[in-house]
Amino acid sequence: MASISVPGSTTRARVTPEALSKGRVAVILGGTAFLALAIYYLVGVDEGMVSLFGKTMVVHEWVHDARHFLGFPCH
Amino acid sequence: MEIRIILRGALSGLVAGVLGFTFAKIFAEPLVSKAVDYEYGRDAVLTALNQAAHRTAAPAETETFSRDIQSTIGVASGIIAFSVAMGALVAVAYLVLHGRFALRPSRLAWLIAGLGFLGVYLLPFIKYPANPPAIGHPFTITTRGQLYLALVGCSLFLLGLAAYLAVKLRHRVGVLPAVLIAAVSFLVAYGILIGWMPPLGDLAANVAASNQFGYARAVTETPQPITNILPVPLVIDGKTIAPGQILYPGFDADVLWKFRWYSVINQLLGWTTIALAFGALLDRFIIGRAPRVVPGGVAGEDSAAGEESAPEPNERVPSAAGPP
Ligand SMILES: [Zn+2]
Repeated sequence: MASISVPGSTTRARVTPEALSKGRVAVILGGTAFLALAIYYLVGVDEGMVSLFGKTMVVHEWVHDARHFLGFPCH
Repeated sequence: MEIRIILRGALSGLVAGVLGFTFAKIFAEPLVSKAVDYEYGRDAVLTALNQAAHRTAAPAETETFSRDIQSTIGVASGIIAFSVAMGALVAVAYLVLHGRFALRPSRLAWLIAGLGFLGVYLLPFIKYPANPPAIGHPFTITTRGQLYLALVGCSLFLLGLAAYLAVKLRHRVGVLPAVLIAAVSFLVAYGILIGWMPPLGDLAANVAASNQFGYARAVTETPQPITNILPVPLVIDGKTIAPGQILYPGFDADVLWKFRWYSVINQLLGWTTIALAFGALLDRFIIGRAPRVVPGGVAGEDSAAGEESAPEPNERVPSAAGPP
Protein backbone atom coordinates (compact mmCIF):
# COMPACT_ATOMS: atom_id res chain seq x y z
CA MET A 1 0.00 0.00 0.00
CA ALA A 2 2.94 2.34 0.55
CA SER A 3 4.26 1.73 -2.94
CA ILE A 4 1.63 3.89 -4.61
CA SER A 5 2.90 7.06 -2.99
CA VAL A 6 6.18 7.09 -4.91
CA PRO A 7 5.41 6.72 -8.59
CA GLY A 8 8.21 5.73 -10.89
CA SER A 9 10.50 4.50 -8.15
CA THR A 10 10.47 0.95 -9.47
CA THR A 11 11.47 1.91 -12.98
CA ARG A 12 14.20 4.16 -11.74
CA ALA A 13 15.39 1.47 -9.35
CA ARG A 14 16.08 -0.77 -12.32
CA VAL A 15 18.28 1.76 -14.03
CA THR A 16 20.27 2.96 -11.01
CA PRO A 17 19.37 0.97 -7.92
CA GLU A 18 20.47 3.64 -5.47
CA ALA A 19 18.84 6.55 -7.25
CA LEU A 20 16.80 7.62 -4.22
CA SER A 21 18.49 10.47 -2.43
CA LYS A 22 19.26 10.34 1.29
CA GLY A 23 16.47 12.76 2.06
CA ARG A 24 13.88 10.66 0.26
CA VAL A 25 15.16 7.53 1.97
CA ALA A 26 14.71 9.23 5.33
CA VAL A 27 11.15 10.19 4.39
CA ILE A 28 10.34 6.67 3.26
CA LEU A 29 11.80 5.08 6.38
CA GLY A 30 10.20 7.64 8.67
CA GLY A 31 6.83 7.35 6.95
CA THR A 32 6.88 3.56 7.11
CA ALA A 33 7.85 3.59 10.77
CA PHE A 34 5.06 6.07 11.50
CA LEU A 35 2.48 3.94 9.66
CA ALA A 36 3.62 0.81 11.45
CA LEU A 37 3.47 2.50 14.84
CA ALA A 38 -0.01 3.82 14.00
CA ILE A 39 -1.13 0.24 13.32
CA TYR A 40 0.50 -0.92 16.56
CA TYR A 41 -1.39 1.82 18.37
CA LEU A 42 -4.74 1.04 16.74
CA VAL A 43 -4.50 -2.70 17.33
CA GLY A 44 -3.09 -2.49 20.84
CA VAL A 45 -3.96 0.74 22.54
CA ASP A 46 -6.70 2.92 21.00
CA GLU A 47 -10.03 3.21 22.82
CA GLY A 48 -8.44 1.63 25.86
CA MET A 49 -6.13 3.82 27.91
CA VAL A 50 -6.50 6.68 25.44
CA SER A 51 -8.70 7.28 22.46
CA LEU A 52 -7.83 9.27 19.36
CA PHE A 53 -11.20 9.26 17.65
CA GLY A 54 -13.78 9.93 20.32
CA LYS A 55 -15.24 7.63 22.88
CA THR A 56 -16.58 4.86 20.68
CA MET A 57 -15.44 1.32 21.30
CA VAL A 58 -15.54 0.20 17.66
CA VAL A 59 -11.81 -0.36 17.07
CA HIS A 60 -11.34 -1.78 20.56
CA GLU A 61 -14.17 -4.25 20.18
CA TRP A 62 -13.19 -5.22 16.66
CA VAL A 63 -9.60 -6.18 17.48
CA HIS A 64 -10.49 -7.17 21.02
CA ASP A 65 -9.39 -10.82 20.97
CA ALA A 66 -6.19 -9.96 19.11
CA ARG A 67 -5.41 -7.30 21.69
CA HIS A 68 -5.61 -9.85 24.49
CA PHE A 69 -3.71 -12.55 22.63
CA LEU A 70 -0.93 -10.21 21.48
CA GLY A 71 -0.25 -9.30 25.10
CA PHE A 72 -1.69 -5.80 25.32
CA PRO A 73 -3.52 -4.74 28.47
CA CYS A 74 -7.28 -4.70 28.00
CA HIS A 75 -10.57 -4.58 29.91
CA MET B 1 15.33 -0.23 -3.42
CA GLU B 2 14.18 0.89 0.01
CA ILE B 3 10.52 0.59 -0.88
CA ARG B 4 10.97 -2.86 -2.35
CA ILE B 5 12.72 -4.02 0.82
CA ILE B 6 9.97 -2.53 3.00
CA LEU B 7 7.39 -4.31 0.88
CA ARG B 8 9.28 -7.56 1.43
CA GLY B 9 9.19 -6.96 5.17
CA ALA B 10 5.47 -6.24 5.08
CA LEU B 11 4.87 -9.33 2.95
CA SER B 12 6.73 -11.47 5.47
CA GLY B 13 4.55 -9.92 8.15
CA LEU B 14 1.45 -10.78 6.15
CA VAL B 15 2.48 -14.44 5.95
CA ALA B 16 3.27 -14.39 9.68
CA GLY B 17 -0.09 -12.80 10.40
CA VAL B 18 -2.06 -15.42 8.48
CA LEU B 19 -0.19 -18.16 10.33
CA GLY B 20 -0.69 -16.35 13.63
CA PHE B 21 -4.40 -15.98 13.04
CA THR B 22 -4.75 -19.67 12.18
CA PHE B 23 -2.93 -20.56 15.37
CA ALA B 24 -5.05 -18.14 17.42
CA LYS B 25 -8.27 -19.43 15.92
CA ILE B 26 -7.42 -23.04 16.80
CA PHE B 27 -5.73 -22.61 20.18
CA ALA B 28 -6.70 -19.26 21.70
CA GLU B 29 -10.34 -18.80 20.78
CA PRO B 30 -11.68 -21.78 22.78
CA LEU B 31 -9.92 -20.32 25.82
CA VAL B 32 -11.30 -16.86 25.11
CA SER B 33 -14.80 -18.37 25.04
CA LYS B 34 -14.24 -19.99 28.43
CA ALA B 35 -12.91 -16.72 29.82
CA VAL B 36 -15.89 -14.76 28.47
CA ASP B 37 -18.29 -17.31 29.99
CA TYR B 38 -16.50 -16.99 33.31
CA GLU B 39 -16.74 -13.22 33.08
CA TYR B 40 -20.50 -13.25 32.42
CA GLY B 41 -21.09 -15.58 35.35
CA ARG B 42 -18.94 -13.44 37.55
CA ASP B 43 -20.72 -10.22 36.59
CA ALA B 44 -24.10 -11.83 37.35
CA VAL B 45 -22.94 -12.98 40.80
CA LEU B 46 -21.43 -9.59 41.57
CA THR B 47 -24.62 -7.80 40.57
CA ALA B 48 -26.74 -10.07 42.79
CA LEU B 49 -24.30 -9.74 45.67
CA ASN B 50 -24.13 -5.96 45.46
CA GLN B 51 -27.92 -5.72 45.30
CA ALA B 52 -28.28 -7.93 48.36
CA ALA B 53 -25.80 -5.76 50.24
CA HIS B 54 -27.37 -2.53 48.87
CA ARG B 55 -24.17 -1.47 47.16
CA THR B 56 -23.72 -0.07 43.67
CA ALA B 57 -22.21 -2.52 41.22
CA ALA B 58 -19.86 -1.59 38.38
CA PRO B 59 -21.77 -1.20 35.11
CA ALA B 60 -21.74 -4.25 32.84
CA GLU B 61 -19.97 -4.02 29.50
CA THR B 62 -21.84 -3.26 26.32
CA GLU B 63 -21.40 -5.43 23.27
CA THR B 64 -20.61 -3.75 19.95
CA PHE B 65 -19.80 -6.83 17.89
CA SER B 66 -20.91 -10.41 18.38
CA ARG B 67 -18.46 -12.97 19.65
CA ASP B 68 -18.70 -14.59 16.20
CA ILE B 69 -17.25 -11.50 14.60
CA GLN B 70 -14.66 -10.91 17.30
CA SER B 71 -13.41 -14.48 17.17
CA THR B 72 -13.03 -14.58 13.36
CA ILE B 73 -12.46 -11.47 11.24
CA GLY B 74 -11.90 -9.39 14.37
CA VAL B 75 -8.99 -11.42 15.65
CA ALA B 76 -7.76 -12.05 12.09
CA SER B 77 -7.51 -8.37 11.17
CA GLY B 78 -5.90 -7.53 14.51
CA ILE B 79 -3.18 -10.17 14.33
CA ILE B 80 -2.50 -9.69 10.61
CA ALA B 81 -2.31 -5.90 10.94
CA PHE B 82 0.07 -6.25 13.89
CA SER B 83 2.28 -8.70 12.01
CA VAL B 84 2.43 -6.57 8.87
CA ALA B 85 3.41 -3.57 11.00
CA MET B 86 6.15 -5.58 12.72
CA GLY B 87 7.42 -6.90 9.39
CA ALA B 88 7.62 -3.36 8.06
CA LEU B 89 9.43 -2.19 11.19
CA VAL B 90 11.97 -5.01 10.88
CA ALA B 91 12.56 -3.89 7.30
CA VAL B 92 13.02 -0.28 8.41
CA ALA B 93 15.49 -1.36 11.09
CA TYR B 94 17.32 -3.45 8.49
CA LEU B 95 17.58 -0.48 6.13
CA VAL B 96 18.92 1.74 8.90
CA LEU B 97 21.50 -0.81 10.04
CA HIS B 98 22.61 -2.78 7.00
CA GLY B 99 25.40 -0.47 5.89
CA ARG B 100 27.14 -0.79 9.24
CA PHE B 101 27.64 -4.54 9.48
CA ALA B 102 29.39 -6.97 7.19
CA LEU B 103 26.71 -9.56 7.80
CA ARG B 104 24.81 -11.66 5.33
CA PRO B 105 21.45 -9.84 4.85
CA SER B 106 19.39 -12.74 6.20
CA ARG B 107 21.55 -12.96 9.34
CA LEU B 108 21.00 -9.30 10.11
CA ALA B 109 17.27 -9.76 9.49
CA TRP B 110 17.21 -12.69 11.93
CA LEU B 111 19.03 -10.63 14.56
CA ILE B 112 16.61 -7.73 14.20
CA ALA B 113 13.54 -9.97 14.33
CA GLY B 114 14.94 -11.78 17.37
CA LEU B 115 15.51 -8.51 19.20
CA GLY B 116 12.04 -7.39 18.11
CA PHE B 117 10.43 -10.49 19.59
CA LEU B 118 12.28 -9.90 22.86
CA GLY B 119 11.71 -6.16 23.11
CA VAL B 120 8.21 -5.81 21.71
CA TYR B 121 6.75 -8.88 23.36
CA LEU B 122 8.69 -11.31 25.57
CA LEU B 123 10.48 -8.94 27.95
CA PRO B 124 7.34 -6.88 28.71
CA PHE B 125 5.43 -10.17 29.02
CA ILE B 126 7.70 -11.34 31.85
CA LYS B 127 6.46 -8.53 34.07
CA TYR B 128 3.00 -7.87 32.61
CA PRO B 129 1.93 -11.08 30.85
CA ALA B 130 -0.88 -11.48 28.33
CA ASN B 131 -4.30 -12.03 29.86
CA PRO B 132 -7.50 -13.54 28.54
CA PRO B 133 -10.74 -11.53 28.81
CA ALA B 134 -12.12 -11.34 32.38
CA ILE B 135 -8.66 -10.48 33.69
CA GLY B 136 -7.85 -6.81 34.02
CA HIS B 137 -9.84 -4.21 35.94
CA PRO B 138 -11.50 -1.61 33.70
CA PHE B 139 -10.70 1.16 36.17
CA THR B 140 -6.92 0.59 35.91
CA ILE B 141 -6.64 0.39 32.12
CA THR B 142 -4.90 3.76 31.83
CA THR B 143 -2.21 2.92 34.37
CA ARG B 144 -1.77 -0.60 33.01
CA GLY B 145 -1.48 0.74 29.48
CA GLN B 146 1.15 3.29 30.49
CA LEU B 147 3.15 0.71 32.43
CA TYR B 148 3.03 -1.78 29.57
CA LEU B 149 4.03 0.69 26.85
CA ALA B 150 6.76 2.09 29.10
CA LEU B 151 8.12 -1.41 29.59
CA VAL B 152 8.03 -2.09 25.83
CA GLY B 153 9.94 1.13 25.24
CA CYS B 154 12.47 0.48 28.01
CA SER B 155 13.00 -3.13 26.89
CA LEU B 156 13.73 -2.02 23.33
CA PHE B 157 16.00 0.76 24.58
CA LEU B 158 17.99 -1.55 26.88
CA LEU B 159 18.24 -4.18 24.14
CA GLY B 160 19.55 -1.50 21.80
CA LEU B 161 22.16 -0.45 24.35
CA ALA B 162 23.19 -4.08 24.91
CA ALA B 163 23.49 -4.68 21.17
CA TYR B 164 25.56 -1.52 20.84
CA LEU B 165 27.80 -2.69 23.67
CA ALA B 166 28.29 -6.08 22.02
CA VAL B 167 29.14 -4.47 18.70
CA LYS B 168 31.63 -2.09 20.31
CA LEU B 169 33.33 -4.85 22.32
CA ARG B 170 33.49 -7.55 19.69
CA HIS B 171 36.81 -6.46 18.17
CA ARG B 172 38.45 -6.11 21.54
CA VAL B 173 37.35 -9.34 23.25
CA GLY B 174 35.86 -11.44 20.45
CA VAL B 175 32.27 -12.02 19.43
CA LEU B 176 31.19 -14.57 22.02
CA PRO B 177 32.60 -12.78 25.11
CA ALA B 178 31.20 -9.49 23.81
CA VAL B 179 27.73 -11.01 23.47
CA LEU B 180 27.98 -12.58 26.92
CA ILE B 181 29.07 -9.33 28.57
CA ALA B 182 26.27 -7.46 26.83
CA ALA B 183 23.71 -10.10 27.78
CA VAL B 184 24.68 -10.12 31.46
CA SER B 185 24.70 -6.31 31.60
CA PHE B 186 21.30 -6.31 29.97
CA LEU B 187 19.87 -8.83 32.43
CA VAL B 188 21.09 -6.81 35.40
CA ALA B 189 19.58 -3.58 34.08
CA TYR B 190 16.34 -5.25 33.02
CA GLY B 191 16.08 -7.07 36.37
CA ILE B 192 16.44 -3.81 38.27
CA LEU B 193 13.84 -2.21 36.00
CA ILE B 194 11.12 -4.84 36.43
CA GLY B 195 11.88 -5.14 40.12
CA TRP B 196 11.24 -1.43 40.43
CA MET B 197 8.02 -1.38 38.38
CA PRO B 198 4.89 -2.05 40.44
CA PRO B 199 2.92 -5.30 40.39
CA LEU B 200 -0.56 -4.58 39.03
CA GLY B 201 -2.26 -5.68 42.23
CA ASP B 202 -0.43 -2.93 44.11
CA LEU B 203 -1.81 -0.08 42.00
CA ALA B 204 -3.51 2.50 44.19
CA ALA B 205 -6.88 1.96 42.48
CA ASN B 206 -6.71 -1.77 43.18
CA VAL B 207 -5.77 -1.27 46.83
CA ALA B 208 -8.71 1.12 47.12
CA ALA B 209 -11.08 -1.38 45.47
CA SER B 210 -10.22 -4.21 47.83
CA ASN B 211 -13.14 -3.31 50.09
CA GLN B 212 -15.56 -4.23 47.28
CA PHE B 213 -17.04 -7.60 46.45
CA GLY B 214 -14.87 -9.56 44.04
CA TYR B 215 -11.74 -7.40 44.29
CA ALA B 216 -9.76 -9.11 47.00
CA ARG B 217 -6.23 -7.86 47.56
CA ALA B 218 -3.77 -9.79 45.34
CA VAL B 219 -0.45 -9.34 43.53
CA THR B 220 -2.14 -9.33 40.12
CA GLU B 221 -5.59 -8.51 38.78
CA THR B 222 -6.43 -12.15 38.17
CA PRO B 223 -9.95 -12.55 39.63
CA GLN B 224 -9.95 -14.06 43.10
CA PRO B 225 -12.92 -16.07 44.36
CA ILE B 226 -15.93 -13.90 45.12
CA THR B 227 -16.68 -14.14 48.82
CA ASN B 228 -19.02 -12.43 51.22
CA ILE B 229 -16.57 -9.90 52.63
CA LEU B 230 -19.13 -8.49 55.09
CA PRO B 231 -19.22 -9.57 58.73
CA VAL B 232 -22.95 -10.34 58.37
CA PRO B 233 -24.76 -13.05 56.36
CA LEU B 234 -26.42 -11.98 53.10
CA VAL B 235 -29.55 -13.42 51.52
CA ILE B 236 -29.58 -13.96 47.74
CA ASP B 237 -32.61 -15.65 46.15
CA GLY B 238 -33.63 -17.05 49.52
CA LYS B 239 -30.17 -18.56 50.13
CA THR B 240 -28.09 -17.35 53.04
CA ILE B 241 -24.46 -16.53 52.31
CA ALA B 242 -22.34 -16.67 55.46
CA PRO B 243 -19.44 -14.24 56.00
CA GLY B 244 -16.35 -15.48 54.14
CA GLN B 245 -18.34 -17.98 52.09
CA ILE B 246 -17.24 -18.40 48.45
CA LEU B 247 -19.97 -17.68 45.87
CA TYR B 248 -17.95 -17.89 42.68
CA PRO B 249 -14.53 -19.41 41.98
CA GLY B 250 -11.39 -17.53 41.06
CA PHE B 251 -10.23 -17.58 37.45
CA ASP B 252 -9.36 -21.07 36.19
CA ALA B 253 -5.57 -21.42 36.53
CA ASP B 254 -5.33 -23.88 33.65
CA VAL B 255 -7.16 -21.58 31.25
CA LEU B 256 -4.85 -18.73 32.25
CA TRP B 257 -1.69 -20.81 31.87
CA LYS B 258 -2.73 -22.15 28.48
CA PHE B 259 -3.74 -18.73 27.20
CA ARG B 260 -0.36 -17.24 28.14
CA TRP B 261 1.59 -20.19 26.84
CA TYR B 262 -0.23 -20.04 23.49
CA SER B 263 0.28 -16.30 23.40
CA VAL B 264 4.05 -16.82 23.68
CA ILE B 265 4.02 -19.53 21.00
CA ASN B 266 1.95 -17.31 18.74
CA GLN B 267 4.45 -14.45 18.94
CA LEU B 268 7.36 -16.84 18.55
CA LEU B 269 5.70 -18.22 15.44
CA GLY B 270 5.07 -14.75 14.04
CA TRP B 271 8.56 -13.34 14.59
CA THR B 272 10.23 -16.55 13.38
CA THR B 273 8.17 -16.41 10.21
CA ILE B 274 9.11 -12.77 9.69
CA ALA B 275 12.79 -13.58 10.29
CA LEU B 276 12.91 -16.54 7.92
CA ALA B 277 10.71 -15.14 5.17
CA PHE B 278 12.21 -11.64 5.19
CA GLY B 279 15.72 -13.11 5.43
CA ALA B 280 15.17 -15.38 2.47
CA LEU B 281 13.63 -12.60 0.39
CA LEU B 282 16.50 -10.27 1.29
CA ASP B 283 19.20 -12.76 0.33
CA ARG B 284 17.54 -13.34 -3.01
CA PHE B 285 16.99 -9.64 -3.59
CA ILE B 286 20.37 -8.30 -2.51
CA ILE B 287 22.85 -11.10 -3.15
CA GLY B 288 21.00 -12.00 -6.31
CA ARG B 289 21.39 -8.44 -7.54
CA ALA B 290 25.08 -8.15 -6.69
CA PRO B 291 27.62 -8.21 -9.53
CA ARG B 292 28.82 -11.58 -10.76
CA VAL B 293 32.27 -11.17 -9.18
CA VAL B 294 30.74 -11.85 -5.79
CA PRO B 295 30.99 -15.67 -5.58
CA GLY B 296 34.78 -15.47 -5.88
CA GLY B 297 34.94 -12.88 -3.11
CA VAL B 298 33.03 -15.07 -0.68
CA ALA B 299 35.54 -17.90 -1.03
CA GLY B 300 37.86 -16.44 1.58
CA GLU B 301 35.30 -16.65 4.38
CA ASP B 302 37.28 -16.55 7.60
CA SER B 303 35.19 -14.79 10.21
CA ALA B 304 33.16 -16.59 12.85
CA ALA B 305 30.35 -14.12 12.34
CA GLY B 306 29.90 -15.39 8.79
CA GLU B 307 30.96 -12.11 7.30
CA GLU B 308 30.46 -11.64 3.65
CA SER B 309 31.53 -8.95 1.29
CA ALA B 310 28.75 -9.65 -1.17
CA PRO B 311 26.30 -6.80 -0.55
CA GLU B 312 28.95 -4.31 0.43
CA PRO B 313 30.27 -2.98 -2.86
CA ASN B 314 26.77 -2.57 -4.15
CA GLU B 315 25.66 -0.67 -1.05
CA ARG B 316 28.66 1.41 -0.14
CA VAL B 317 29.66 3.02 -3.39
CA PRO B 318 26.42 4.85 -4.12
CA SER B 319 25.90 6.07 -0.56
CA ALA B 320 29.46 7.39 -0.52
CA ALA B 321 28.73 9.12 -3.78
CA GLY B 322 25.44 10.50 -2.48
CA PRO B 323 26.45 13.43 -0.26
CA PRO B 324 28.98 15.61 -2.05
ZN1 LIG C 1 -10.68 -7.17 26.76
